[in-house]
Parts: sequence; structure tokens; C-alpha cells
Amino acid sequence: MTSRREFLALSAGLFAVAGLPGAVFAAAPGEERFVLVLLRGALDGLAAVPPLGDPRYAEKRGALALDPAGCVALDHGFALNPGLKILEPYYRRGELLIVPASGNGYRTRSHFDAQDLMECGLATKTRETDGWLNRALALVQKGDRRLGLAVGGAVPLVLRGAVPVASWEPANFHPANGDFLAALGPLYAKDPLFGPALQLGLKTQSMSSAVLGDASGAAARGFGPKSFQPLAEAAGKLLGAADGPRIAALDMYGWDTHVAQGTGAGRLYENLAGLASGLDAMAQALGPAWRNTAVIAVTEFGRTVAVNGTNGTDHGTASVMLVMGGAVKGGRLYGDWPGLDRLQDDRDLRVATDSRAVIKGVLKDHLGVDAASLARKVFPDAPGLAPAEGIIRASL
Amino acid sequence: MVAVDSAKAVIAASRFGFAPRAGELATIARDPQGWVLRQLEMTQAAPPVDLPASAPMVAALLEARRDKRLQDPDAKRSLNRQLRAVYLAEVEARTSLAATTDAPLLERLTRFWSNHFTVSCIRPAIRGFAGAFEREAIRPHVTARFVDLLIAAEQHPAMLFYLDQVVSIGPHSRAGERRSRGLNENLGREMLELHTLGVDGGYTQADVEALAHILTGWSIERLNMAEPGKFHFYPAIHEPGSKVLLGKTYREDGLAEGEAALRDLAAHPATAQHIATKLARHFIADDPPPQSVRRIATVFRDTGGDLKRVTAALVDDEAAWQTPFAKVRTPEDLVASACRATGFTPPAPMLVNSLHLLDQQSFFAPSPAGWADVASEWVGPEAVLHRIDWCQAYAARLPDPPDPVGLAESMFGEALPAETGGAIRRAASRREGVALLLAAPDFQRR
Repeated sequence: MTSRREFLALSAGLFAVAGLPGAVFAAAPGEERFVLVLLRGALDGLAAVPPLGDPRYAEKRGALALDPAGCVALDHGFALNPGLKILEPYYRRGELLIVPASGNGYRTRSHFDAQDLMECGLATKTRETDGWLNRALALVQKGDRRLGLAVGGAVPLVLRGAVPVASWEPANFHPANGDFLAALGPLYAKDPLFGPALQLGLKTQSMSSAVLGDASGAAARGFGPKSFQPLAEAAGKLLGAADGPRIAALDMYGWDTHVAQGTGAGRLYENLAGLASGLDAMAQALGPAWRNTAVIAVTEFGRTVAVNGTNGTDHGTASVMLVMGGAVKGGRLYGDWPGLDRLQDDRDLRVATDSRAVIKGVLKDHLGVDAASLARKVFPDAPGLAPAEGIIRASL
Repeated sequence: MVAVDSAKAVIAASRFGFAPRAGELATIARDPQGWVLRQLEMTQAAPPVDLPASAPMVAALLEARRDKRLQDPDAKRSLNRQLRAVYLAEVEARTSLAATTDAPLLERLTRFWSNHFTVSCIRPAIRGFAGAFEREAIRPHVTARFVDLLIAAEQHPAMLFYLDQVVSIGPHSRAGERRSRGLNENLGREMLELHTLGVDGGYTQADVEALAHILTGWSIERLNMAEPGKFHFYPAIHEPGSKVLLGKTYREDGLAEGEAALRDLAAHPATAQHIATKLARHFIADDPPPQSVRRIATVFRDTGGDLKRVTAALVDDEAAWQTPFAKVRTPEDLVASACRATGFTPPAPMLVNSLHLLDQQSFFAPSPAGWADVASEWVGPEAVLHRIDWCQAYAARLPDPPDPVGLAESMFGEALPAETGGAIRRAASRREGVALLLAAPDFQRR
């Protein structure tokens, strides 16, 4: 039970950062920042960074193939989805590295299992399992320094473990997103009371936002597109502070695009735009600290190459990983391209680059965790997987 | 067969409690009705933390008023901080109890009776002891006789403050003759209208005034007395002489006169009918079947308001075991039940924030009539969106989200509709799956 004193502390304000008293740091923390963005629900990598130059692209993607005219051309025939346009300058400045055809080595197509494995970084998860980022934290900073920060409420599994971390959350509920309401719809439709109430509620809401001139309207209800930016910006501000935390993890939802995912506009486009504007806001908020920052955005698995029967995509294998920041040696694509002619199980893009190798590379060259510890402690079930070299810019 | 037992077990756990804890459903399914009835023989657990008794909190209020501290912004702020800490602790304690107790029926009864005898912090004076009211006056009496519950509630300082009894003075009492202040009918009226006979219970304005006269003198000990903040009867402000209430004459008898009146009100047939209706509405349906109400009212009358037997009669009523679930969870119920089902009770500020945004902040009922107990008051278009948003926010806050398929199994067993199960299996993450499960009508109802 919480003591009365803690109640007083808790009641001080809902915006407070829990577990982050100013005097925790025994010494000034290092300058390197690391942010992990977990894209939950399985991002369609072929939509985010389309391989327009792959000879089979248009044929295999069918109705979901993007119009090259709207995309931002990168190198080697790859491009950015129009929703990610705002990230183009980062790529041009050499601050965005793209890892196409990446995956985490697990072949499960269950969201729950795959997210668990992506976060624990082990072959199996038990109740006591901790996360790889927490295990890394133990190696980065020894002693009682709370350098880790969970942004958005609960501490995600990837940050859970023996090393204490702080957490920050906004005060009010996020409105539920469109996907969630779509999943609830059929359940509510059968209820004589909840069904009509939900319908009327949504109608009223979109009406009032139209009247109020809020273009976001009902579609903006989201753990999805619009809710990521404030969290990302908050993470940037907190990490940018001289004596703030240095390592943060945050979630973004809304990637499970089974239905009507869209191409140059639509659901997935909106979500990508939300991600991009969030990453941009985070970079701005970090200020000068952006120079010493590496951000990894990663998802649990990719999606089918072919369009399904409802103009969406189903659970697949490889996706795309974004590595961003002033500390990143970017402006290029990283890793091999397996091509669209030979698919995993005849349906999915195959994994060419293990995302754990990229993570290991960042932990080693950016946060200074030695390779032996990475193999023994952070990813003990994949000791033979070498850290990817050259992800981080060599320091001057 | 299994499905039927699961449905009964879910009813036992949710209609008569909150929701099954992990692993609890199988135990309940062996004998759902017996599982509920056995709780009536159990002793209600005490809240798991030390919470202040009402008397010292009342005394603190009297001191603050005496020292005019409420006029000094700094002192007022510091006082408010203390009151908020107590308030948060009370809300967390009752939520934790609901989430963990082995006798959830007693906890649901506590909330039912607490709402029946509403005291609300809308009157700022009682903020420091509204939670204590529930612990001191309600909790010990939910399976006692109704008259004991009635007297405990009406004599508690929170009720005396909330319904202005502390300032009610008999016009012909010694004090009344000297001062301009006089009778306050508030407690007398609400006692008849809300706590005993009910609005159609056949009383008149003259009865309200008679009861108000009978109750004069009921107040609390002042700071210069032995136990400041405790109930005290003051002969000097008590209206002297005989009073006629509901056709019966009460001779001047000081404190005993009021207690005799309360005993008669508790035994009145209209009270039996009123209480039976409210209980049936809470546990069976917004419009409960008349024969259920009749049966419960009969037991109430025949047992002299023995609440253990009255509650047992309710549990024995077939109408209380029907599907589909007729009752919509109130926000307080929804929050407590989610905590019990998942095993996670959020920190107090988040709990209070949630309940506030869902329009049912504990101990802040809008009027002495308490919170509404019918679905139409809780399921508006806006409210439904808030409930859905809350389910997502709560799921997002779970420290270690469980597998939603396993959670659904532990909450509903075989009784989970296939469509809900399918939606949960298709969810894009554990958290979204848990949120779907909590937001599904199957869990929004009980």
C-alpha cells in the first residue's frame, strides 16, 4: 500500500514525472541520447519505404502500389511514402538511415507473442522476463541513476527490469482511435443501448469538430495518428534537459492495417504522417542534444506483400526499420534487399537484416556497451549475431 | 452445460460482486449461488491502510473554522492538501478492497448502502470524513438490521453536516427562544423521502416538520468537550413537548425520542417496499419484476429488516440469475471491476481522475438522492465514448498487460460470446486486446 507521504507526492500533479527527483544523478549524465519507438500492430514496410525500383513491385503490390509521382525518391530505387515526406530533410542531411527488409528473427505472426519477443529480446518470454533496453541500461550506467524514461504511461516490457526507470504521462485520456472503434462496432451493434449511443456519439463528435473547424474530426480520435506527436515532443523535451533522462521508449499504435489501408492517402498514410511529425517534433524539442541522439523506430513484423480481400494486408514477416538522429550515419539505405520474386512462405518479404544486429550496433557504438556484454547479457539468445557496423557516425 | 455454469458464475462474480479475479471463476462455477450466500457469513475486511477516523477530522474542521484559517490563503491551501491526501487514500482503499476482497458481495453492499445514505463532498465541509462515514456507519452494518444501519448513518457527523442537522435548533428550545436561528428540515425530509419511506411513502409536510422537531438536538461534540467531533445530543436545542409523526405521538424523551422514531420508520411497511425496490433495481434490473420486489419486501417485514436475510432473499430470487445482463455498470463499478479482473489498481490520482472524467467521482454524488441506478443515466452518446476511451487508457497503463485471450477466459469462461472472443484474438497488441475486452458490452454490463 502506498504511504500517506507518497500520496502527498502523487497528488502534487498529474503531469509530474514519476520517479525523477532532481537529485538522483550522482554525476552529470553522458550526452548520448537514445529513443526507441515501438510501432505496435505491424507496420507495412513496403508501404512506408516502397521499393519502387523492384521489377516485381507494381505487379506484386497490385492495388496498394504507390504512385511514384507522390513519393520522395531515395537511393537504389527506394522511396519514402508521401506520409513520411517531412523526414526527407533528415535523409538529405544524413540523419536518417533506413533498414529495409529487417526483422527480429522470430517467425511468429501473433502480435502478442511477436511484441513480447521484440521487447524482451529473448527466444521465449516468461512472467519474470525483463526487456533488452533495461538490461542495456544496467550496462550503460551503473548505480542509482534513473536515466531511463517510459513516455506515455505504463513502462513497456522493453524497459522493464532491475534498473529503475522514470515514467511520464499526459493527464487526460487519449480518445480511442478509429481501428479500435471499428473493432468494437460489431460488438456494440448488437447491444440495444450501447449500439445506438456509440453511433450517436460519433456522429455528434464529428459534427461538432466540423462546426469548430477542427479538420481532424472523428478520424483524429487516436492512439493513432495525432496522439503520437505530443508524446514524442514530450520525450524530446525531457531528454533534452541537461540533467534529464537519456534513454526513452514510447509506443505508437494503429499499424494493423487489415482493412482499407490506402496508398497515397488514407489510414496508413495518416499514421505515417503522425509518426513523421512526431519524430520531427522530437528532434526540434531535443534542440542541440539532437546532435547526440539516435532514435530507432521498429515494429514486431511486416505485412503480406499482396493486398488481401479487404484492400489491406495481413500479418507478414520483414518490415522496415528507421534509425534517425544527429549521431546516426544516415542518408542511405542499410543492408541487403531480398527482392520480391522469392518470398517467405510464398507471401512475405524475407528478412535480410536482423533488427537486433542494428540495435546491437547502436548500443555498442552510441551508448558504449561492449560487444561481449551485448552477447552475454542484452541478447543472450543470439550471441552469434554480430553488431551492425557503421550505423553511428564516428565521433570527431 | 459448462456454458450454463460459466454464465451463472459470471453473474455471481459480476452482478453480486465486481468481476472474477484471476482463477476465481472455476471456484465460483462449482456452486455460484452458494459462493454468493457464503459471503453473507463472512466478516468484511478492513481497509488495508490506516485511514483517519471521522472525529479527529471533524475536530480539525472545527479548529480551522475557530482559527479562521479558511480565510488565510496559505493555511487554506495547506489544509486542502491534507484533505486531498485523505480523500485519495479513501478512494484507493475502497477500490483496492473491491479488487482484492474474498467477499466482494459485502463490498458491493457497502457501496449500495453508501449510495442509499449519500453524503457528498459537494459540501466541502465533509471532505475530510466522507470516506470515514462509509467505513464507520455503513461497512459494519451491511448484514446487520436495517435499523442499526439507519441509526448509525443518521447519527454520523458526515450526515449531520451534510444535511444541515448540526445547525437545526428547536424554535421553542432554550437556545431557540434566545436566537433568531431555528429549525432546519433537511435531514428530516431526506430521511423520510430517501432513507426510509420513499417519496410515495405516504407522509406529509407536517410529518417532515414533526421529524425535524424530533431530531433537534442531534449534533456533535464541540472542541471544548471530551470527544470533539463525536455525535452528541444537546437538550438545550431540542424542541420540547410531544410531536405527532405519521399519526403516532412521541412524548418528550430527548435523544430516545428520535431513536424511537427511527425504529418506527425502519419498521414501516413503506420502508420495506422502498428498500426492496432499490435492492431489486440494483441487483436485478432497472425496472425490477414486481414479484421480486414483493418477495424481498416480505422478507424485510417478516425479519424486522434483517439485512442478511433480505440479501439472501435477493440472491435466492431466480430473476437475479437471468441473462442477458440487464444492468449497466456505473463508472465506479466499471473501474473497480477492471481492477479486480486484471489485478491492477492504478495509483489514487489516476483513479480519481478517471472517475472524475467518467462523471462519477467517488463521494461526490450530485444530490442526497445519490448516484442514479438506471442505465439511461450512464449510457449517453458522450458517456459511451468516455467509457471506451477510459478502457483504452486503463489498458495502456497496465504495468504488465496479460494475454487478452487468457484474461477473457478467466473473466467469462465459456460464457464469452464468440464474436467478442474473435475481436480480442484479432487485436493488434495485448493492450488493445485488453481494452477491447473491457469496452465490450459483455463487460460494460453485469
